Amino acid sequence: MNTNSNTYTIVYASVMVVIVAFLLAFVSSSLKDKQNENVELDKKKQILSALNVNMEGADVAQLYSEIVKQEPLLSADGAIKAETGAFAIDSKIENAKPLEQRNLPLFVCQIEGATKYVLPVYGAGLWGPIWGYIALNDDKSTIYGVYFSHAGETPGLGAEIAAEPFQSQFTASPKHITRNGEFTSIAIVKPSKVDESRDYVNGISGGTITSQGVDAMLKDGLGQYVNFLKQ
Amino acid sequence: MSLFSKENRETFFSPIWMNNPVTMQVLGICSALAVTVKLEPALVMGLSVTIIVAVANLVVSLLRNTIPNRIRIIVQLVVVAALVTIVSEVLKAFAYDVSVQLSVYVGLIITNCILMGRLEAFAMANGPWESFLDGLGNGFGYAAILVVVAFVRELFSAGTLLGFKVIPDCVYELGYMNNGLMLMPPMALVLLGCIIWFQRAKNPELND
Repeated sequence: MNTNSNTYTIVYASVMVVIVAFLLAFVSSSLKDKQNENVELDKKKQILSALNVNMEGADVAQLYSEIVKQEPLLSADGAIKAETGAFAIDSKIENAKPLEQRNLPLFVCQIEGATKYVLPVYGAGLWGPIWGYIALNDDKSTIYGVYFSHAGETPGLGAEIAAEPFQSQFTASPKHITRNGEFTSIAIVKPSKVDESRDYVNGISGGTITSQGVDAMLKDGLGQYVNFLKQ
Repeated sequence: MSLFSKENRETFFSPIWMNNPVTMQVLGICSALAVTVKLEPALVMGLSVTIIVAVANLVVSLLRNTIPNRIRIIVQLVVVAALVTIVSEVLKAFAYDVSVQLSVYVGLIITNCILMGRLEAFAMANGPWESFLDGLGNGFGYAAILVVVAFVRELFSAGTLLGFKVIPDCVYELGYMNNGLMLMPPMALVLLGCIIWFQRAKNPELND
């Protein structure tokens, strides 16, 4: 057969594309459930991680349902929009809307009898999105725990925001996101710098843009909840 | 011809050291710089590339007599891209944590020059079994360099290996410090240069 003819080439390419398309569609759809399960479980792990819950060897899904009591959606004025649905919210989609129309997810949790609020935050790092969960005590100001992660920050530099040394700074001494009743967020400053106007933690050396991203993410992300925090 | 004839063993073993794709052919450098900060992603990356290059070699070799010459690069690319997508989906379903760690680099295997190089230079001209061995050999050769570089970089940049602490605290108390330079991609290039230097010094016949 003449494998160099135009007809052969076109038929070959078409058949190949159809076969590959079916193959990939099959793989994708047969693994979809398993992947979604992983993504959901991972999100639950992230939320529990912000609450400093030890998940070693535990059933994450069960632990989550024991700790997280309510998952309401808030509006920007701080009122409850819906009683449930916070877990299904995609922060990326919500952030694209104007503030008044956003559904703000809130996770109300019980740890050893005390109420904690977990607020998700979402922002941009150097290479891609960064996100996190901030757990607050019931005074809605003191940070109880944090969790940060990223899609593709530089390992060893920006990616250190997901590591324990950076995150433990938020709980090593009490940090407040409000001062004198006004929302101030937490500043991420260059190591050895100080910010007198609000509580701060040290950023990552060599990860300046990612650190600035975290700073902006906290300011904007937590800032959306300012009316809820005042209640 | 037997499955493990001298030529076939040569096909498998030569890319691991004497004709290593990274140090001798200088292919796949980009990912060697990107995923070698820590040992674990380097291992998974090496393994993924090995599987993909071996299977892609096999598939392209089976198809080699039917592939129209004018679109052969496209056909090779489609085979590689399909395999990479499958590996990435499987990692997401069964090794979610590792897939998060490797993030974009799994997808970037498509652009790894070793794959296209082997498909074009070997699989298009040789039988399926030889091509499969060639793919395995080149994959292992690539993985070996990645692991050596990642070993040195993780050890000196963080004092850990696979996340476990190996440099004891008392050494730090004596004034030892982690080397932040090891985190930077240029250090991977310097280490790679050292490996090439060592290889050529040991084997003078490799020098031009």
